[in-house]
Amino acid sequence: MATPEAKNTETATTELDQVIIRFAGDSGDGMQLTGTQFTNTSAMAGNDLSTLPDYPAEIRAPAGTVAGVSGFQVAFSSKEVYTPGDELDVLVCMNPAALKRYLHDVKSGGTLLVNSGAFTDRGLKIAGYEENPVNDGSLSGYRVIEIDITALTAQALSETELTPKQIDRCKNFYTLGVLYWMYSRDLQPTLDWIADKFKGKGKEKFAEANALALKAGHAYGETAEIFQGRYEVGSRKNIEPGTYTALNGNRAVALGMVAASERAGIPLFLGSYPITPASEILHELSYLKHHDVVTFQAEDEIAAACSMVGASFAGHLALTTTSGPGLALKTEAIGLGVIAELPMVIVNVQRGGPSTGLPTKTEQADLMQSIYGRNGEAPVPVLAARSPAECFHAAVEAARIAVKYMTPVILLTDGYLANGSEPFRVPTLEELPEINVKFADDPATFQPYSRDEKTLARPWAIPGTPGLEHRIGGLEKQDVTGGVSYDPDNHHKMIGYRAEKIRRIAKDIEAPEINGDDSGKLLILGWGSTFGVIATTVERLRKEGKSVSQMHLRHLFPMHAKVGETLKKFDKVLVPEINFGQLDKLLRLEFLADNLVSLGIARGLPLKTADIMAKANELLG
Amino acid sequence: MTSTATTDTPVKLTKKDFDAGIDVRWCPGCGDFAILAAVQRTLPELPYKKEDYVFVSGIGCSSRFPYYMATYGFHTIHGRAPAIAMGVKATRPELSVWVATGDGDALSIGGNHFIHTLRRNPDINILLFNNRIYGLTKGQYSPTSETGKKTKSSPLGSIDHPFNPVSVALGAEGTFIARVVDRDAKHVSEILKAAALHKGTSFMEIYQNCLIFNDGAYNHMTERSVKAENVLYLEEGKPLLFGEKNEKGIVLDELGQPKAVRVEDVGIDAILKHDPKSPDPSYAFMLSRMGLDGVLPTPVGIFRAVERPTYEDMLHKQIADAKPDGKKADLHDLLTSGSSWTIS
Repeated sequence: MATPEAKNTETATTELDQVIIRFAGDSGDGMQLTGTQFTNTSAMAGNDLSTLPDYPAEIRAPAGTVAGVSGFQVAFSSKEVYTPGDELDVLVCMNPAALKRYLHDVKSGGTLLVNSGAFTDRGLKIAGYEENPVNDGSLSGYRVIEIDITALTAQALSETELTPKQIDRCKNFYTLGVLYWMYSRDLQPTLDWIADKFKGKGKEKFAEANALALKAGHAYGETAEIFQGRYEVGSRKNIEPGTYTALNGNRAVALGMVAASERAGIPLFLGSYPITPASEILHELSYLKHHDVVTFQAEDEIAAACSMVGASFAGHLALTTTSGPGLALKTEAIGLGVIAELPMVIVNVQRGGPSTGLPTKTEQADLMQSIYGRNGEAPVPVLAARSPAECFHAAVEAARIAVKYMTPVILLTDGYLANGSEPFRVPTLEELPEINVKFADDPATFQPYSRDEKTLARPWAIPGTPGLEHRIGGLEKQDVTGGVSYDPDNHHKMIGYRAEKIRRIAKDIEAPEINGDDSGKLLILGWGSTFGVIATTVERLRKEGKSVSQMHLRHLFPMHAKVGETLKKFDKVLVPEINFGQLDKLLRLEFLADNLVSLGIARGLPLKTADIMAKANELLG
Repeated sequence: MTSTATTDTPVKLTKKDFDAGIDVRWCPGCGDFAILAAVQRTLPELPYKKEDYVFVSGIGCSSRFPYYMATYGFHTIHGRAPAIAMGVKATRPELSVWVATGDGDALSIGGNHFIHTLRRNPDINILLFNNRIYGLTKGQYSPTSETGKKTKSSPLGSIDHPFNPVSVALGAEGTFIARVVDRDAKHVSEILKAAALHKGTSFMEIYQNCLIFNDGAYNHMTERSVKAENVLYLEEGKPLLFGEKNEKGIVLDELGQPKAVRVEDVGIDAILKHDPKSPDPSYAFMLSRMGLDGVLPTPVGIFRAVERPTYEDMLHKQIADAKPDGKKADLHDLLTSGSSWTIS
């Protein structure tokens, strides 16, 4: 492991369990890159970690403005870490706007690393400061480290052939070097990355300059006597052996679907229409043609969903990806998938709504839309991923259910999962659940709407199969034969079959795990991306000796029977959600539970430990 | 995978092989019967196996079509058949994919998918049954109904300006665009076959009579007494002639506009010759505007038939090119691409 070499520096090294840093600067300052490099280096050093990028909503906000600030938060730890964290230990401010935008997120006594070179009269004015906050005493509650990164980078690179503008663009690597020194990180992974990134085509001068800037920043940490000390966050113990990579939720969904397609032995088809924050899944899969992935950028959300229905009819593992308002448009096609009983996966990367709402911000308010948002009796299994990397396994699970039960399946992720990343242990194909595909091929026995006794799934008979020519469609079908039928009793029977088919899935899913005792005073029950923050809260409360447990739902519809049973074993059940209580309503409806307390906070941001902690303590009395 | 399959069926298929054998639920006398018969007659002449045919439809009278065909069929949702057909064709280029749709289905609710399908040029055959009325919802005006049309939803006359489907298809740069009249069975079959053999999206507008809600909409093109004056048959390389004895023809006036003349007045060489392969779509567009004013005859036949790579050929070429050794890439390599590290 890349433990830092012991150096005889005068500064003392302090061991820390966890550090939360946010790199922040102008959109052009390369903060996402800096954050990602820091993350990867920390991961290779054996830390657990969790990240949260924050891009500006505007495509190109004016330089130096608060609206144009780009941030990348990373929590890295020697223990398990579930969230990027509530409060920052360190805020790196490449300009005054970054300070203005994020200061309120820094914990009291936290560190502000400020690029003083950008705190000019003009820079301060664009950010909306009348006085320089570094000098006016307003930052007295923090530890402020001022470094003129702009000038120091220029000085370090003065011998290179770069123009002043090109040199200025290297200041993020200088900053990274300083942080690597502060947190005893190894420079080598980033030096390797730089060498690889700029390899060939005469870009070596940029590689050289960036490497020089990184090393200069690191050397500055060694020599400048402005630091009180450096820190070390050790590697995690008890990590499952294996090959790891860092995944964000969108990439994890894309790779999970490719893995599912491989497991099922049929090619993947994605029909999609660009929408924030789901577009990246389309981008990722569009690169994977060498994995037999067919991607289709449709003319609209409706066509995207319809192309998925067509691809499923034709025998591919069919997928569409979207976000809230896009799911609303896909509703009718999903209903067609329900009555045609074809397998397909619909991924909804939830964002703030209603309507366009907060397109770049996160929310979990599409649960009701997913479960109930179709005309007629149209039950569709709904799953939610709990962390960025777990999106991979959730996608495989969605595909498994879709194919086994011949049904559309909705997988919910959200903006926070989509963009946040964490380490992922790469599984082998054999470790993934089985996805058996057997296309119908026997004309002697084939009936379009005969059913598997166990799953109630109808056969998947694809065009091109001799003797199995048949018609399906949105009109109600006669049991077994699949002919059009307006018979009242037949309709009742068919919607009954479709409902029962979905109900049976409840016995084919894993029971939700309980973190803590399986009975007690308080259960904190969540779904989706709030897993991490609830886990962190429960861990803290249990350390305080309180009777608190966590249960987290991956399968929202249908639900495992254990959910209802568990609710009864606790005095109170707290349900924190980034909405106004949708799971809470669902549980009341399903289980007639009256010990539920909803905690709905929808600010377009992940929940904070503090929010849940306060409510939990109130309930614990 | 290629877009055209070859048949190795030893037994020659017949019209009967494509009859699903169920009661057809169209109103007696509906033009749809003739179209169904023409399609069932034409398919045995095409180089596909029976199991390779897929008919996809939207909603409306026309969209019941797949139920009556003994092929793979999918009766889907309103206006979306082209998008569903797109998913079928993109994943299974070897199939022969057909869309049955109506003027409301394709041009109102499905207008977006209609134009984008033509633009992309997948090898899909679109049959648009145009009766200029909403039949299944019982008689409201459609996007092809004439302005001033009195219907249940336009008691004072429709104030909508109508679409001319052939013009719209040309605007979307479709590669095969044709028009036929339902009662002209032989012509329908002939154009249908050309459409099916065209590599790329073929669009066929079929003027179709709705006996119940819009009877006689095309009488001027079907009644024996006036048909010859009002219909102009487009044939590749042949002059644009019409009239009982082909005594009239079309020339371009000094402004480049089509004008009807007597052949004997100008000589046969002065008459425009039909060129559906003209790369410039403006000629076909000019033809598509004829007949609207009631002065010039309405052209039927193939307006445009040009070559352009199909969507699925380009798509699958990209997939093939992405696999230089022809083999699917390794999943584990994919999952560990980017930065990865090992913990033992």
